[in-house]
Amino acid sequence: MEDMYREIILDHAKNPRHAGILESADIECEEHNPLCGDRLHLTMRVDENDRITEIAWDGDGCAISQAAASMLGEEIIGKTLDEVRHIDKEHILEMIGIPLSMNRIKCALLSLKVLKIGAYGLAEWRKSEDEEEDI
Amino acid sequence: MSMTRQAFPYDLDQVRADFPILNQEHHAGTPLIYLDNAASSQKPLSVIETIDDYYRRYNANVHRGIHKLSEEATVAYEAARVKVRKFINAGSKREVIFTRGTTESINLVANSWGRANLKPGDVVLSTVMEHHSNIVPWQLLAAEKGFTLRYVPILSDGTLDMDTLRQELATQPVRLVTIMHMSNVLGTINPVAEIARLAHEHGALILVDGAQSVPHMPVDVQAIDADFLAFSGHKMVGPTGVGILYGKRDLLETMPPWMSGGDMISRVTLEGSTWNDLPYKFEAGTPNIAQAIGLGAAVDYLSRLGMKQVQAHEQILTEYMLERLAEVPGVTLYGPQNGANRGAVATFRFAEIHPHDLAQLLDAEGIAVRAGHHCAMPLHDYLGVGATARASVYLYNTPVEIDALIEGLYKAKKVFAG
Repeated sequence: MEDMYREIILDHAKNPRHAGILESADIECEEHNPLCGDRLHLTMRVDENDRITEIAWDGDGCAISQAAASMLGEEIIGKTLDEVRHIDKEHILEMIGIPLSMNRIKCALLSLKVLKIGAYGLAEWRKSEDEEEDI
Repeated sequence: MSMTRQAFPYDLDQVRADFPILNQEHHAGTPLIYLDNAASSQKPLSVIETIDDYYRRYNANVHRGIHKLSEEATVAYEAARVKVRKFINAGSKREVIFTRGTTESINLVANSWGRANLKPGDVVLSTVMEHHSNIVPWQLLAAEKGFTLRYVPILSDGTLDMDTLRQELATQPVRLVTIMHMSNVLGTINPVAEIARLAHEHGALILVDGAQSVPHMPVDVQAIDADFLAFSGHKMVGPTGVGILYGKRDLLETMPPWMSGGDMISRVTLEGSTWNDLPYKFEAGTPNIAQAIGLGAAVDYLSRLGMKQVQAHEQILTEYMLERLAEVPGVTLYGPQNGANRGAVATFRFAEIHPHDLAQLLDAEGIAVRAGHHCAMPLHDYLGVGATARASVYLYNTPVEIDALIEGLYKAKKVFAG
């Protein structure tokens, strides 16, 4: 049972990085996962080159969803929106590094969904979802 | 005319062995000859066992649980959706909505898209050959929203009057053409791809009622360019209680939910709610999980046989059935008389015997046929007949069974003559 939650997941879940809400953010987005009751609210500031200078997550939910957000924030800060555009489902699942069942994958991907919809719009998120059709 | 089984595209004995119900006696000493397939088809063992397996081994709710059973049920339920997507060649599994059947699928479009878009002055164009399930929902909505429902007539050969359809589209403010792909009474196959093209030229959408076509022939929603396609599982060797609404994604995204409750929401507060993504927005409440998974098994079964082969088998059998029936003095057949490019039904009246009496007499011979209006009273009014008898064949029927039907007619005639 211990193997199901790697230490790094528990660490991020208990001590989420970039927690909070930024006032007058450039990008703001919130999404929910009705299965677990997860909620994630993202606020970000980007500079004139679309480089992510500040990021803040506010939310509550299961360890997987909150840890994934915390780890994703660490990964993208300091990069431009273009540089993080390639991050996909596989990338997140690799980052989490533990096997997830179909119902839990939604938890892991909530932060990616919030980021994609906030930064690039709903259409782009739907496009990325379609690429994983028939799984 | 006689017919050998060698003409058929697959091993009929083997196929019949797959359906336990076909291998029982209807009455003591009388085998079952099931010719009521347009009403509901029989189920192969693979479908029955798939449903049994779900209840025995992994019965749980979908999309909710973290535990292993719920996970397994969710995976099987979503896998069935993907099977259906491939079967009708939808572009995305998000366009495949599980419903209770064709009726619910059409009601969904009427109550969601129709309620949000139709207004006084608009026209919904249908045909006189429709099943009640593609008439009544629109009548109810028309009474409420004030739009007009108009019907394209049929020609004397039982085919759709395409000239009138073109004229209606050119002269009326048609918003939706809602039409059956294959008539459950006449056997007529409507040229839905051409009708879709015409409808779209005039800015109208098209809903295709595929209840009779999807079980019997290859149906490709993208080739037809259908905006909506509705069909039922139980007519295609699947269980009752499950059907499909296919809809183009862009349309479904703009449509409000119809039924509401659990599973279809993203977030609920006491002040209001936001909707879940497609297709879940239209799947409120616990779905018919076993039936949906069973439909997946039905699709597997049909795909293994191949829908082209199923269609070829039925065409041979339908031609034979129509020829044999036409030879019987006193039989009046309805619908296109040519068995090619026609649905696998033969609707007829026989001498002065009322169809109900005929069905009763045939049943005594082990032969199951349908008698009545077949949920198409307006069509019967249009044809000027009260009730009709209908024999409808499917992938497992044989020419020997058609011979038995003909024999049964002669026996019935004797009873009434005597």
